[in-house]
Amino acid sequence: MKTIEEIKAAIEAAVPGAGVEVVPNPSPSAQHSLRLSPERAVEVARFLRDDAELALDFLSNVTGVDWPDREVAEKVKVTRTVTKIVEGVEQAAEETAEETQKRVEPGYLEVVYHLFSVEKKYGPVVLRMRTVNRTDKVELPSLTPVWRSAEFQEREIYDLFGVFFTGHPDLRRILMWEGFQDHPMLRDYVEPDDFEYEPTAHDEVLARAQAHEAAVAGREGTGVGQ
Amino acid sequence: MVDEALKIEMGKQGIVVTSLQELYNWGRRGSVWPMNFGLACCAIEMIATTMARYDMARFGAEVFRPSPRQADLLIVSGTVTKKMAPQVVRLYNQMPEPRYVIAMGACAISGGPFKQGYNVLKGIDRYIPVDVHIPGCPPRPEALLEAFITLQKKIDAQPLTGEGRPRFLDAAAQGEFPVPVPGEHDLEPASNKGVWPVPVVIR
Repeated sequence: MKTIEEIKAAIEAAVPGAGVEVVPNPSPSAQHSLRLSPERAVEVARFLRDDAELALDFLSNVTGVDWPDREVAEKVKVTRTVTKIVEGVEQAAEETAEETQKRVEPGYLEVVYHLFSVEKKYGPVVLRMRTVNRTDKVELPSLTPVWRSAEFQEREIYDLFGVFFTGHPDLRRILMWEGFQDHPMLRDYVEPDDFEYEPTAHDEVLARAQAHEAAVAGREGTGVGQ
Repeated sequence: MVDEALKIEMGKQGIVVTSLQELYNWGRRGSVWPMNFGLACCAIEMIATTMARYDMARFGAEVFRPSPRQADLLIVSGTVTKKMAPQVVRLYNQMPEPRYVIAMGACAISGGPFKQGYNVLKGIDRYIPVDVHIPGCPPRPEALLEAFITLQKKIDAQPLTGEGRPRFLDAAAQGEFPVPVPGEHDLEPASNKGVWPVPVVIR
């Protein structure tokens, strides 16, 4: 069995310019994963499956992760030119100060594939692919042509996260109905306001139920709706 | 109405005294045929209830009909997803009167452990009238039998005329219930008007 670095080297030797990157996992499990670039992913996947030494013939699991936009606060050292008065004469001097800068790291959707080798009896090897953003550039190549077992799970990710798999033979919603507009597993999914009857509500549900009750009371007060 | 004690006394002499209503309801409650329809793990308990150990046939419900046209009882046994809910209502609409509904298990009565899920209906009683609710996850076969006996008692107590008569003897009663339409964000409507009055919660 090869380590993740060895697998990365093998991929780079077989598929030039594959753009594979190791995503380290700092937890004790140390289950590092390989991030594939979407452009060469199908080629890389085919190599992983067909290579005699790697022989990753079994795709056990495909799942999605939603990474929303996040605000990062960084302390940056900034050098500024300030005018100082030294002995009655104005002089330009440089001053270094620490400043907290905030920037928004754009979010993305990630698809994770867990591979095993039944032949060589090892695994899992974890592959990841990331979309450009979370909203409109969400195309990723489908790995269903390589591992047939990805078909339904990619459909599920399309349904729940909205990742569009190009090259998928039958990309339709699988759990929700046709015509449903949302992707329920996204972090910013807003569920329909059907909190009219929550007899044992607590925490988040209690807040939603109270908001619903307030809205209904407001409607009744103004005589609109209901 | 015949005096209950007199009836028993006459019975001892070999004379059966009854009313048409009693005879009619006795016949109805003794042959309630459920529909062969299961949704989730509760359906396994429902199957167990019909098998030899619990033997639902003792109560006249041994014939599970594979068609709603021949069934009297819809046992909603399991999680009703929002994708399945229109089909459940449609099946109910296709059943001829008299028809009854048992909502079996936590999911069917309220959504249960999946209540806050994006795809789970918060109780089938939002769309169709439910006669007996059984809690449990899943309910034991004894609980389903108890629900069935409760339903039989309910049938027995139904008068044939006047207030509280069964729907099929009431020309003004609602026969068909609107099938919810899968919308862009949720089922539309979220509940059928008149079927499910929103319970008041005191906080």
